[in-house]
Amino acid sequence: MSGTLLEASNLHISFGGVTAADGIDLEVFNGERLAIIGPNGAGKTTFLNICTGYLSPSAGSVRFGERDITAMAPRAITRMGIARAFQTPQLFHDQRVIDNLLLAAAARQRTWNPFRPLQDLPERDEMLDLLELCGLAELSTQMINELPEGNRKLVDIAVALALRPQLLLMDEPTSGVSTLEKFRIMDLLVEALAVQGVTSVFVEHDMEVVKRYADRVAVWSAGRIQSVGPPDQVLADPSVMRDVIGI
Amino acid sequence: MRLVRYVPAVLVLVVAGLPLAVPWLKIVLTVALAKGLAVLGVVVLLRAGQVSFGHAMFFAASAYSAAFLMQGFAGADLVVLLLAGMVCSGTIGAVIGLFVVRYRYIFFGMLNLAFSMVLYALLEKMFHITGGSDGMAVGRPTYLGLELGRTSFETALFYTSLGLAGAACWFVHRFLRSPLGEALSAIRTNETRLEYLGISARWILLIAYVLSAVLAGLGGSIIAVNQGVVTPDLGYWIRSGEFVFIAILGGAGHVLGAFAGALVYELVRFYAAAMAADVWQMILGFVLLGIILFASRGIVGLYRDLAALTPGPRGHREPLR
Repeated sequence: MSGTLLEASNLHISFGGVTAADGIDLEVFNGERLAIIGPNGAGKTTFLNICTGYLSPSAGSVRFGERDITAMAPRAITRMGIARAFQTPQLFHDQRVIDNLLLAAAARQRTWNPFRPLQDLPERDEMLDLLELCGLAELSTQMINELPEGNRKLVDIAVALALRPQLLLMDEPTSGVSTLEKFRIMDLLVEALAVQGVTSVFVEHDMEVVKRYADRVAVWSAGRIQSVGPPDQVLADPSVMRDVIGI
Repeated sequence: MRLVRYVPAVLVLVVAGLPLAVPWLKIVLTVALAKGLAVLGVVVLLRAGQVSFGHAMFFAASAYSAAFLMQGFAGADLVVLLLAGMVCSGTIGAVIGLFVVRYRYIFFGMLNLAFSMVLYALLEKMFHITGGSDGMAVGRPTYLGLELGRTSFETALFYTSLGLAGAACWFVHRFLRSPLGEALSAIRTNETRLEYLGISARWILLIAYVLSAVLAGLGGSIIAVNQGVVTPDLGYWIRSGEFVFIAILGGAGHVLGAFAGALVYELVRFYAAAMAADVWQMILGFVLLGIILFASRGIVGLYRDLAALTPGPRGHREPLR
């Protein structure tokens, strides 16, 4: 690990009587894969929402590199190099897989020539390579609404990677898919992240996935971070197993 | 059945040739083309899932700009009137657009309606400037510097309108296939993802809104010189509803559908009014009912269904978007 890429300091946010962030301090280092675990309602997704500008914290700040990105608009944060993949894939369902990626490429390059068809963008080959990297090459001309959930998740991640982000935040990239499918998705994802040199943070409920793919793990509990460290160390803690995993 | 694929080209030739066979029909066809341009503006916004119930305001604004120009500079050229109309409607579109693109769906539609009714009221009440409900006369402009007689001018205006309609179709077709157009469609399907691609949905919608205003304005300028008079009715809400009606009739969201719908609408209206003056609105209503019940994808949808039955590669091509 070298250098801090993202730094959240003393984040606070509440929804009515529920405190979703109660003094969150967390650093994400360049090149790492950080897993966030914790029970439902602990504030994991809220953290991602704050980091990507969807929510503004009532106190605290988020720094990305040298810049304070607290309460910036999602699109501004995206342009700075933070991409996001969602728990429920957020895609353009009436378009083809390749079109979803090409639109991301156009957004990245700010290619808005009204006379050039999306299909003819010079980034087309790059996007086809990215689809191949994500194991989706065969599906490039499929409509999104014809894909099974596992592939939609991968396309959602591929769209985020098409932005060539420095940091990718993923909310439960393997939820709603079979165990076999989980490891296929994670294998492909980890390879794609390594090839592109992208730092990642992912919310995860499956401890096997965390053990196998995370460099570090942060444990969330009632809006606080209970512990942070290497998976084998954190998951060996009986209090984590009892309070968070329920074993 | 293979002949079906040539239907659009044949229809364009028929429309282009009709005024030669039936000279008086060119006035009706020019009106249809002018309305088709305004409907094309509505179609652009339909791509984003937004329906404007106020686009007649741009139609009226540019029609009045032509009237004012002819009043101030007698003998102004048609090209100047058309350009001025587009600039006028585009400017108004940019100002109103800054406000309305913050809203979606019914709020978007109703805000457009509200703005159009403000313009309508101004045109009605500012009698000393706009002539009130009597409107303003629009003299015959020169055509590329030439002073043409009435018949020659009408013919020139018709073919100019046909050319402009073709150019507008081509441009909008290219625009909708470009990254901008695809981003516009994405507003309808997933605005959240659009924002998380770093794209401002409001900015994309504003560009489309100004384009749609310019198209409606171009139609308004043509109708002003075609009719020789402009009245506040050009900006009334019924006119805006008519544009939405035609968009559905032609095939909602389709570039060629705008003109196919406008031609069918104007011809049905013209003949229904001539043959059944008291019930022509009812006939139009039945036509729309028929379209919604039996061909919900409009005239273009009907054509596509026929083309799909045709053997050969055309039936398997990607849809024209």
